[in-house]
Parts: sequence; structure tokens; C-alpha cells
Amino acid sequence: MTLPLTAFTPRSSDEVLDVIRWAAAEEAPLEVVGHGSKQGIGRPVQTEHLLNLSSLSGVTLYEPEELVLSAKAGTPLAEIEKLLAEHHQQLAFEPMDYGPLLAGESGQGTIGGTLAANLSGPRRLKAGAARDHILGIHAVSGRGEAFKSGGRVVKNVTGYDLSKGLAGSWGTLAVVTDLTFKVLPAAETEKTLVIAGLDDGEAAAAMSEAMGSSSEVSGAAHLPEGVIGRFLDGALTGTARTVLRIEGVGPSVDYRIDLLVRLMKPYGTAEVIDETASRALWEEIRDCKPFADGTPAPIWRVSIAPMQGHRMVDAFRRAAGANAYYDWQGGLVWLRMEAYPEAEVLRKLIAHFGGGHATLVRAPLPVRTATPVFQPQPEALAALSMRLKEQFDPKKILNPGRMAAH
Amino acid sequence: MSGPLMPKADQATLKRREEIVADMRIIVPGEGVAASENEMRAFESDGLTAYRQMPLVVVLPETVAQVSRILKYCHERKIRVVPRGSGTSLSGGAMPLQDAVLLVMSRFNRILEIDYGNRAVVAQPGVTNLGITHAVEHEGFYYAPDPSSQIACSIGGNVAENSGGVHCLKYGLTANNILGIEMVLMDGEVVRLGGKHLDAEGYDLLGLMTGSEGLLGVVTEVTVRILKKPETARALLIGFPSSEAAGRCVADIIGAGIIPGGMEMMDRPAIHAAEDFVQAGYPLDVEALLIVELDGPAAEVDHLIARVETIADANGATSSRISNSDEERMSFWAGRKAAFPAVGRISPDYYCMDGTIPRKELPRVLSGMRDLSEKYGLRCANVFHAGDGNLHPLILYDANKPGELEKAEAFGADILRLCVEVGGVLTGEHGVGVEKRDLMPEMFNEEDLNQQIRVKCAFDPNHLLNPGKMFPQLHRCAELGRMHIHRGQMPFPELERF
Repeated sequence: MTLPLTAFTPRSSDEVLDVIRWAAAEEAPLEVVGHGSKQGIGRPVQTEHLLNLSSLSGVTLYEPEELVLSAKAGTPLAEIEKLLAEHHQQLAFEPMDYGPLLAGESGQGTIGGTLAANLSGPRRLKAGAARDHILGIHAVSGRGEAFKSGGRVVKNVTGYDLSKGLAGSWGTLAVVTDLTFKVLPAAETEKTLVIAGLDDGEAAAAMSEAMGSSSEVSGAAHLPEGVIGRFLDGALTGTARTVLRIEGVGPSVDYRIDLLVRLMKPYGTAEVIDETASRALWEEIRDCKPFADGTPAPIWRVSIAPMQGHRMVDAFRRAAGANAYYDWQGGLVWLRMEAYPEAEVLRKLIAHFGGGHATLVRAPLPVRTATPVFQPQPEALAALSMRLKEQFDPKKILNPGRMAAH
Repeated sequence: MSGPLMPKADQATLKRREEIVADMRIIVPGEGVAASENEMRAFESDGLTAYRQMPLVVVLPETVAQVSRILKYCHERKIRVVPRGSGTSLSGGAMPLQDAVLLVMSRFNRILEIDYGNRAVVAQPGVTNLGITHAVEHEGFYYAPDPSSQIACSIGGNVAENSGGVHCLKYGLTANNILGIEMVLMDGEVVRLGGKHLDAEGYDLLGLMTGSEGLLGVVTEVTVRILKKPETARALLIGFPSSEAAGRCVADIIGAGIIPGGMEMMDRPAIHAAEDFVQAGYPLDVEALLIVELDGPAAEVDHLIARVETIADANGATSSRISNSDEERMSFWAGRKAAFPAVGRISPDYYCMDGTIPRKELPRVLSGMRDLSEKYGLRCANVFHAGDGNLHPLILYDANKPGELEKAEAFGADILRLCVEVGGVLTGEHGVGVEKRDLMPEMFNEEDLNQQIRVKCAFDPNHLLNPGKMFPQLHRCAELGRMHIHRGQMPFPELERF
């Protein structure tokens, strides 16, 4: 892979506009990065020019009582989360940190990258992903035109929601320069119920029952025997654990944990872990700790209907060696492959079990070049996506090839 | 009245009307085509009844294959199509066009699957919003977004408008509560976005479709997330001597980390109209009334009710009641829920606006509205989704007095301009439609609008689907596709060589 020859590091949105206008005129493709913390995800982008947004940084508006925060795209996510925590608020979608998994540092990543990758975490099943919290953006399209969409208020149906349209677009449609997010109060406390010894199918049933109760579970994960020792510095060993998180004000958390203990009784003995351990555990579940092993072994991130996750994994294991654990009530499957990604087998099985998608978030470079990293789409949908890309970036200058080969 | 300027009817299409009607009868046999004036009368307007127009023909398909064939037929012959759900749009989103097929989705009225394990319901688009809740409530589940028209509005229409409701601060809008859709593009292609899993692969087309007002595709199936009903709900009814004090109370509640299930504000004219109408027991000596509803487990609700009461006292509340039964809670809501018809009783006509503002700007916007009310000589009552800043000013007028509708419309447009000026938006939940179409440039410049229209071009390059809505001017896609090249020197703010 050749390194970029030129790196642009604009300090204002006007300078971003200048760079993209130039690139559009010259048809000079750009690789767009913030901190580069997720640069290893996707097909490799090979361009002579790099657009580095890390100097476009700073929170420009934060009004806690209005539940709104605006920042420039290159603002470190860590800086934003620290500021919010000082006001007992948070990005409720719990953005994951890919650093450890991709053998990078933890705590890197920008707010622009958070939207571009549509990050989320265990709370996804209750609170949504970045797409559900973005209120407005300013961006520059691949045509070299600055535009805005949305605003700073939660309830807004004025025009198409281009902010959501850019969520998960990995910098291939437009370069976002400014973002406004809805922020929410952080829970005062949390506890986690831990059930030992369930197999994957029993765990899916238990999690489904818990999520369908009025105990307002904000995290539901199943950590099979093959990964359990890697959490909390080995404090959980032996058999699989199914974990259910309750967050809120103190009296409510105690009340709902009791409710859940009673509800889960048929599934076996349960213990409750307190706030400190609970926070640490869910951070590790979020950041894929068991597979953050410093190797480039292929990692799949699979989104599927919650009740189908374990069935798909069971069938997949008959064809390939894989270690797995489940978040999102079983609907998010993290798979670590022993050898090859086995993309076709996996995607066929996902389709067989009701549909979903698989992203190869980690793999050695030659594998990422040869395997479709993102889920290939049916023909009509792929054509629609291509037409959308052409409308934003007709010269294909923004992260060419990152999401798809064409 | 004259109504908004709509795209010029295509004469060739009008001339071929009989042939088109006959072809529609072939595609949708039986009762699925309405072509006589009598039959079509029921469809000549939607919830924005001031604007009326007879469509070319009304078609009510029953299958996805029929929808696909209708759209493909129209696409090939460059015939315009206006999709319609239950027709409850308050912004004219489903207003017919003289030369357009009105595609009515009301016969798609079946729930296809209830999946409690995955907490999902798969429904056809004509199922009503409340119909989904009705199908699952015996198991203690419900569908969270609750627009006030929920008894009639369709889930497909909810997707088109990204509908909200009083509970959306805590539970989100339609966009946050749907998992997937099946839709038909203008060329007849059927595509599926999402499913029972979370997040779509590739671009977030589901995000673009939600709130696209029927301009991008016709929804033929919706998969929604259902939630377990909260264990309990209690409400406070709090009176304040000023809107400012009520506004501060709202800010302090949220500042304390409390997100109520619902938080509504009414001003003096709205309180009086509602009390006269339904005798809800509202205090009449206050300038602003807040309804704050907390929902969840009883332990949590009791805990938070006490905290909200303390905050209200600190902000100078002059009256405060707490519901001790569901019956009492419903009585607090009775006046708010009847606010629109109540205003309808004290005025021959009213015009409902729908701007959203940053909450802290409420005093400025209310005082601006008082000035405008004087300027136009029209009264105005306010109900307000206080938690999320969504205002519903009701402008009182009499359509029988010459010029008064025009005055009310000008008053409304000024209110929306004021909303945008303070950092808000034109519409919080009713949609742009034809009603606010010409105000779009108040919020967006030409490049902003052009990029939105380019999205339209990706879905419907000939602008055949619901034209005349949302955009004041629909530029041709070929024109928008041209690149304006700014050739110049390579900009090197920071040049690094590797």
C-alpha cells in the first residue's frame, strides 16, 4: 500500500470546502480521517491525498438544560464524554471504542467518526445508535458544495434527514464539518444481574423474557464459556454468564433488580454485581474485550434478529471454527475466526435465519482487499445506494472503494 | 380560496385519462379503482382541508405486485403519483393533483406477524398507529409513538411523516421506533431496508425514507419495535403565574436529570378554552399550566414525582395537584387532549402551527406572538410540547370574513419565521407538505435544498412521486447533476510530505 503524498489538515470548515473543491476539480481522491482510529475498518483506501480533520476541533455549543451539544467534526470523543460527565450527562447511545480491538490505543476517535461509523454500544437496544441522536450537521459534499441539514432541536421534520443519511456512510458521501447531538442525563447508578451456566439457546430465551418485562433492561448480553475468562481480569470463570443491566435512580434500580431476580429464577441461580464492576463489565462488552488480543485474526460484527443469533452461530460452527459472544439480547454477534473469514458461508446463513448483516471489522490487509468487508446488497438496493453516492460525490473522490469495490 | 401554486397539470395525461383509468382497472380488478366524481370526493383533501383538488383517478391496490405495476406503468408514461395513507396529514402531504394517480394504501390493513421474542410487529402500511398497540396490548406491549391522530393515522403515513406525539422526548419519534420497511420505488423496483435486526447495512436509507413525505418511495410493509407498557404512570398538574416561570420549571426538571414520559404546557387562552369545554378542573387564575407525566416502576415514579414537585415549588408554582389514580391522571390530560376542539368552539376556524424552538427561547417567542397577534388583530392560543420545544399555536379566525384566512396564514408564516430566527425549525411533526413548502428558504439556502433534491433524484429522477410538496422549486435532476468546477491552486493550509 502506498502512503498518501499530501495531507491536508484544515482548521476551518471553509478550508475543508477549499480542499474538496480543489479535489473535485482535479478529480483527486481523498482519504478522509479524524484520528484514524477506525482506519483499519473497511476496504483499504489508496489515495495520494489525505484529508485529516483532527485540527477541526472544539465544542462550539453545550447547553445541558436544552440537552444539546455541537462540536466540530475533529473534536475528540473523549473530550466530549468528559465534558458531558461533568454535567452528569452522556451520549446515550454508548459509542464503542474500536481502539483496543484494532490494536490501537483506547480513548481515540472523533465525534465526526462517531457518526461516520454510526457507533453504538450495549444500550443500542434501548437508546439507539448515533443515527438516533444526531440532530443536525454541516457538511461538504464530494461536489465541493457546503450544505446543512437538521438543526438543534429534537423534534424536527423539516426536509429530508440528511444527517441520518450520512450516519454509517464512512465518509463516502460528504465530509461532515460540524455536528449537533442530542445528549441525555446519565443514569445515577446501575447494577447487573448475572445468571450462570446457560447455553446459547437458553440465554436467548432468558434475555428475551427480560427485555419483554417492565424492568427496563438497558443491556442484555450472553458471554459463553469460551470468552468468559477474558472479562473483568478473569474474575468470572468457569461457565457461561448471561448478564442483564439495570440503570436509573437508586430506588428504581433496586426495585427493578428484585423484579428481574424473581423473573429469572427459572433460569438458575443469579447474583447481582454492583455499580463499579457493572460499569467495567459493560465497557468490556462494548469494546469487544475478549477479542482485543493484539492479533489480526478476522472479527465479524453481525447484526441479526435477537432470537436467531445463536441459531445462526450454531449452524456456522459446523462449517468453520469461531469463538462468539452476544450483545443486544443476542442480536449482535461478535465472532472471532480461527483462520479464514468464511464470508460466503456466514452471509448465506444470516440470510437463511431471517436476514441481517455482517461486517468484517478486523482482518489482515490482503483479506480485507479480497473479501467484501460490508454486507453486499441485493441488486436493486445496491443500485439505489450507488445512485445516492453519485448524487453526493459524482467524481468518487471521497474515500473511494472503502465501502464497496466500485 | 386559491391555494398554493401546484405543478402545471400535464395536458397529455389529462387527455389520456380514460385510457389510464381502464389500465388501472386491469392492474387492480374489482373495487380497487375510483374514477367518478362521487367516488373521488372523499379523497379531494387530507387533514389540511383548506386545500382541495380532485385527483386524476383513485387507485386502491391490495398487493405489493399491484403497487409495483402501478408505479412502473406511471413511470414509463411519465404520469405523476400521489401516495396516501389515511389522509390525516395536517400539511397537505396527501393533497391530490389534477393530473396524478392518487395511490391509496388503506387496503393494506393487515398485521402480518407479531413476534414477541424479538419485540417486533410486521404490519402492512394501512394499519393504524393505534391498531398496532391494540394487537399487542393483551400481552402488555405497545407501540410508543402516539401522534394525536393515532386512532386514524396509518403506520405507513407515520413513516412518511416521521410522526411524533406527546411521549417522544423519552421514547423517540417514528424514526427511532421502526426496524425496517419494504418499499416500491417509482420505477416499480421493490426493495427492503432493515428487518428485525438493528441498523441497516450500507447507507441509512431507512433514515432518509422516514419523514420523506411520500416523495421517495411507497412503503408497503413496516416492521416496528414494540415496548412493554410501563408499570405505572402518574402526572402533576402545575399552575404558574407566568409562562417564563413554567419554562424555567421545565428547564430545571430536565437539568435535574429527569426525562418525563410527557410534559405539556398550555397558555391562558388555551386553558380557558379547554376548561370551558370539558371542565377538567384546571385552575383559571394562572398564566401557564404544566402537565408532567412520569412513567415507569412505581418506586421510580413516586421518587421522581416528589422531586418534580420540589422543583415546581422553587419556581413559584401557584397550584399543584398530583394524580393518585389513573382516572385522575386521565382527567389532567382531558383538557389538553381536547384543546384543539375546545379552541374550535370559541372560534369559527383555527389554523394550527407546528414550529419547534430551543426551549429557552420560549419567553421571547411567546412575547413575539403576542405582538403579532396585535398586528394581525387575530387571537392565538398556545399548546406546547414543553419537553422538546414543539409549539402548536392555534390562530383563531373566521374564514367567512373576507381576507381573514390570508391574514391567519400570514400570521402563521411570521410565527414560523420567528421560530427559525431563534434557532428553531419550521415543522416539528406535521411535515412541510404544501403548507410550509414556500417557507423552506427561510431555513435552508439554495445549496442545502439542492442537496436534498439530489437525494430525491437518486430515488425518483423524473420527479413523478408527490411533486409540488416539500420543495418550493423542484429543479431538474440533469441540471442539478452538473458540476460547477472551481479550478484553482492546490490549497495547502498545512502541507506535509511523507
